[in-house]
Amino acid sequence: MHPAAQWRADGLTVDRAFGPVVEGEALLSEEGFSPRYDLDRWSGIITKAGHKLEGRSIQDKICFFPTAKGGIAAGWAFNDIKAKGIAPKAFVFGIANPVMVQGAIFAGITITEGWDVEPGAVIATGDVVRVDPGRRSITIVRRAGAKGAGR
Amino acid sequence: MELTTEERAILRGARGEAPKRALEYQVELGNFCGAKRFVPITNVHMMGDIEVMGDAGLAYLRDEVALGARCVVGTTTNARCIDFAHCARMGQDPAEVEKERELIGCLRKMGVMTTDTCINYQTVYQPHVGEHVAWGDTGTVIYANSVFGARSNFESGPAALAAALTGRTLEYGFHLDEHRRGTFTVGLDAPLDDVADWGAVGKLVGEAHQNYYAVPVFHGYRGMPTSDDLKHLGAALASYGSMGMFHFVGVTPEAPTVEAALGGREAAEAMTITQADLERVYAGYSLGDGDARLVVFSGPQQSLLELRRLAELLEGRHVHEGGSCFVTTSNAILAQSRKVGYADVLERAGVTVLEGVCFYILQNLSPMRLANGWKNMVSNSAKIVNIIGAHRFNTILRPTAACVEIACSGVLK
Repeated sequence: MHPAAQWRADGLTVDRAFGPVVEGEALLSEEGFSPRYDLDRWSGIITKAGHKLEGRSIQDKICFFPTAKGGIAAGWAFNDIKAKGIAPKAFVFGIANPVMVQGAIFAGITITEGWDVEPGAVIATGDVVRVDPGRRSITIVRRAGAKGAGR
Repeated sequence: MELTTEERAILRGARGEAPKRALEYQVELGNFCGAKRFVPITNVHMMGDIEVMGDAGLAYLRDEVALGARCVVGTTTNARCIDFAHCARMGQDPAEVEKERELIGCLRKMGVMTTDTCINYQTVYQPHVGEHVAWGDTGTVIYANSVFGARSNFESGPAALAAALTGRTLEYGFHLDEHRRGTFTVGLDAPLDDVADWGAVGKLVGEAHQNYYAVPVFHGYRGMPTSDDLKHLGAALASYGSMGMFHFVGVTPEAPTVEAALGGREAAEAMTITQADLERVYAGYSLGDGDARLVVFSGPQQSLLELRRLAELLEGRHVHEGGSCFVTTSNAILAQSRKVGYADVLERAGVTVLEGVCFYILQNLSPMRLANGWKNMVSNSAKIVNIIGAHRFNTILRPTAACVEIACSGVLK
């Protein structure tokens, strides 16, 4: 039995993970991500025209991205946006690239890679989720719209 | 991870606090990536500029200097965000300019050679087959892996700096044979006679395979690509697909045949790129509600040969009234192009030639775009038309000669 299989009904299991346990609002993207290509690194808002999350802020979110784009910038940029107070609480990637991992670990931001089910099948944007790197699990704390959700 | 006696000593602080801190970070990365051990490296190429590092990154470098951090292998820097000769005219923030000066000073104190170029592989250092290096940006990595047969993963700024301080990097990804084998094939059935065509190939292949470990095997091309062609191909593959390696049968050292490049595996897919595919790429771009007043030759920086081509196309001509045309290159290439006259031709034509920067990483670019009323950016680089999106340019890819025509006429064709 997979060590984190008991969480499956309420969330998903990831392949690799780093960082502290965090809880926050899920932000799901159908499109990949790069802090250089897509993000205004002074506001935390995705500004690339046509990005599936254009106009949304990543600040304090648990960000789900299927893929990484580019790019070497994340290495320093994640540390920079964390210092500016506009970083997400966690990055959850289907397929990351080394730069996302290097950047998140350097900045001390929780990051995971690989998932056993498509996040969209079990989690919706706005759900409050808990990322536990030690257990390699992501669980739903509250559904969007439930009392106390979305704070 | 399996650590050597020397590595255990570094972790105990035998070489000082800076290498200890760097190796601790690398071990944490290794745990995530599943690396079993480290591999010694000979060369580091790192990104480090104030636009991407911010105040927190500068503070980190100050700490490193205070800890006595020193590079133990040859270490060079990627393109940066400020050309000090042009920053005032470009409307860049004086406070950030001063921070960039301090940042460069910190890097030099650590023994970093601030070459400020994203084409180090054409101008500074050419690793040989099997040589392990720790390079970033992505365009440098894919060129090293593919064209030289050297071995590197994408090493972002902090990871590359850590490698420079410890002299090693993690053995995973493209340092290992298993990830260097091709995974799918791409037949090239098109003339591909401009660098923009090669970038367009990278866009088509990269967009369809967004995976660091997807390794295309190009074959069937009836010609001989130049270093600049492969530069634009690789930069676009890395940009659109986050790819770190390609093979090119008869051209790159690990691809004498399709079968050898695939390393005995079946290709997961066989795609073909035709001239019609390229024409669809070019047709897919259009002016938004603005005009074609901005033309950029950058991302990657221009080689001497690219500058010669631009000089030939711009000789005796001038950028149209109200238009702007930028070229970026390295300090060394600019010096050479001045010596042979290309830079003067470009400047007489009204082109701004920037040194040591890439256009898309310029400090203050979004405010600069607004101040100049730029809505569209035309370029012959498939990479830059992709990467500049966060600054909200509408971008248009065109072949080099067409870009020059647009720069001189202000009319998009």
